Amino acid sequence: MNSSKILIYDGSFNGFLTAVFVAFEEKINVADIQQNNQCQSGLFSETQTIFTNVEKAKRVWNGIRNKSHNAITNVYFSFLSEAEGIELILYSYIQKLMIAKNGKQLDYSDGIVLRINQLARSVGREKHRMEAFVRFQLTKDNIYFANIEPDFNVLPLISKHFRNRYADQQWLIYDVKRKYGIFYNMEHVELVSLNLKEVHFNKIHRSDAFLNEEYDYQSLWNDYFKSTHIKSRINKKLHTQHVPKRYWKYLSEKKQAV
Amino acid sequence: MEYFQVMNFERIREKLNILADAAKYDVSCASSGSDRTNKNKGLGNASRMGICHSYTEDGRCISLLKILLTNHCIFDCAYCVTRKSNDVKRAAFKIQEVVDLTINFYRRNYIEGLFLSSGIFKNPDYTMERLIAVAKRLREEENFNGYIHLKSIPGASDELMYQAGLYADRLSVNIEVPTISGLQLLAPDKKHEDFTKPMLKVKNELLRFKNEQKVIKSTPKYAPAGQSTQMIVGASGETDKDIMYSATYYYRKFLMKRVYYSGYVPVAEDSRLPSIGTQVPMLRENRLYQTDWLLRFYGFAVNEILNKEHPNLDMDVDPKLSWALRNLHHFPIDVNKASKEMLARVPGIGMQSVGKILHARKFRKLSWDHLKKIGVALNRAKYFMICNSRHWERRDLDADKIKGMILQTSKGKFRKQYSQQLQLFN
Repeated sequence: MNSSKILIYDGSFNGFLTAVFVAFEEKINVADIQQNNQCQSGLFSETQTIFTNVEKAKRVWNGIRNKSHNAITNVYFSFLSEAEGIELILYSYIQKLMIAKNGKQLDYSDGIVLRINQLARSVGREKHRMEAFVRFQLTKDNIYFANIEPDFNVLPLISKHFRNRYADQQWLIYDVKRKYGIFYNMEHVELVSLNLKEVHFNKIHRSDAFLNEEYDYQSLWNDYFKSTHIKSRINKKLHTQHVPKRYWKYLSEKKQAV
Repeated sequence: MEYFQVMNFERIREKLNILADAAKYDVSCASSGSDRTNKNKGLGNASRMGICHSYTEDGRCISLLKILLTNHCIFDCAYCVTRKSNDVKRAAFKIQEVVDLTINFYRRNYIEGLFLSSGIFKNPDYTMERLIAVAKRLREEENFNGYIHLKSIPGASDELMYQAGLYADRLSVNIEVPTISGLQLLAPDKKHEDFTKPMLKVKNELLRFKNEQKVIKSTPKYAPAGQSTQMIVGASGETDKDIMYSATYYYRKFLMKRVYYSGYVPVAEDSRLPSIGTQVPMLRENRLYQTDWLLRFYGFAVNEILNKEHPNLDMDVDPKLSWALRNLHHFPIDVNKASKEMLARVPGIGMQSVGKILHARKFRKLSWDHLKKIGVALNRAKYFMICNSRHWERRDLDADKIKGMILQTSKGKFRKQYSQQLQLFN
């Protein structure tokens, strides 16, 4: 059975890990691993559909984690990067990891190891940025609400930080791009999907959903932001490097600039 | 859930504008170094790495609400915007107002916590007590576990410095003037001991906590993020050697976590200081930070970079390149064999790349291509190293030639300030 196959999975991380499990177990010659909404079959490859199996996914997860904690973080983070063709690169990474003795994830002279490392770093940076740039607004229902539009799918990665930090207030963070959010109800965090009539950016126009006091605090913050400037040190280039323009619409202190 | 009434809001706004503006010259922005966790479903925690929630228009990080409790001050230090003879609007926050602002900004994820300083009113101990009262109320009444940075007021008593560390994550007192003679000239009402006494007390408490914690797990935390200080650059005619030898002294003697260097921004006309309109020495400040990094992370000793022969840093190249050009006899090194310390001294190889090189070369000998992908800046590193390749810099080049070639092929953000020198190499 030497012909190469394209494995089709459901797009989830568990689905991907199941595909890896099946490929190893059945010794499949993998041509590609694709999400089921993409389906680009090569001329000479067969396809095989993978049914997500959490037990199998767990075994792959533990197998990688036992090799190295750093490696499993790299795998999870780079998967969330949603980079094109990430599944095949990751599959190659996992193969190399399993075949080599130990520490293969540190072989920075290997192109695949470097690439995964870089992707994981980028996702890590975006996670850190979201923890910094999420700005809550207190709604009339007493929920602290925030929108984000991250480059990568980092909601699963920031949930723990916000749950630990804001243990005594209800909060909701919504990914506008990917149309899902996480909501903390004072007990645990759950996934939500909202039907937003308008996206609550920190707009110039006030929205009914928020109290007047909310806008007072935003003004105070804007004032504070302005007062930190030392005009004789101005450096717009450095400022934009740290806070790229695509984040400005979420930061109330930049809203006049939008 | 408390919030301000309409009338109150305007007053708070006015105070905030005055007291945040006065605090901006204290450049410390760190919110890292503390692993304080949330307790009893309270509010907040501290992030070990620190989080920068925004950035000023000059590129500095904003991670804390940085304000003065009041800008009334009994002292008249020449370099300070809050000096008593300066004609500025004065204001003072109530303790509860600071607490409310902090909590409400924190809940919205605008900040990691509070940075509270103050002008000295009545006397140092009275001022310090008020700062401690804010921190105490945040911790005990609001169950706040976020980051708190309190200033150590020069002249404050040992007992108060002990209390401060029980509530704060970081303490700092800014020496501002790097030399004792400079301090006597610019702040004649203050003594050097006023600054070093609280620094010493904090250092001793930090050591005591470290030792006690090994025996008694429940020892109350004392300033988990340590202490720091700041020096003004360009106000007292000091050399870079004065500044960095001074910084080294403070790092060693008082276990400082950080020393900050702040380019002097003229705020009032005074014959002892550069006049208003003098350019802020940003390039010099940048080079000093680069030197600070070399001392703390790259294993350099301060006298290797600054000494009698070289009392000031080169402006046109960074201090690491400058050192390498003065010490060409150490190079070229073989990237596949050299020690970690020598790899770190190669211009164009940063500590991240050093780590990657050490790991990667266990698997195979590294060549130019590997190094480029790892992120080494080859346009400068190539003059100082060889690797697994038949191509390397074989010409017998002297320091000036190498410097010229590097400057020609690289970009620098401060280039306009020293471009005359470049023409020599064209």
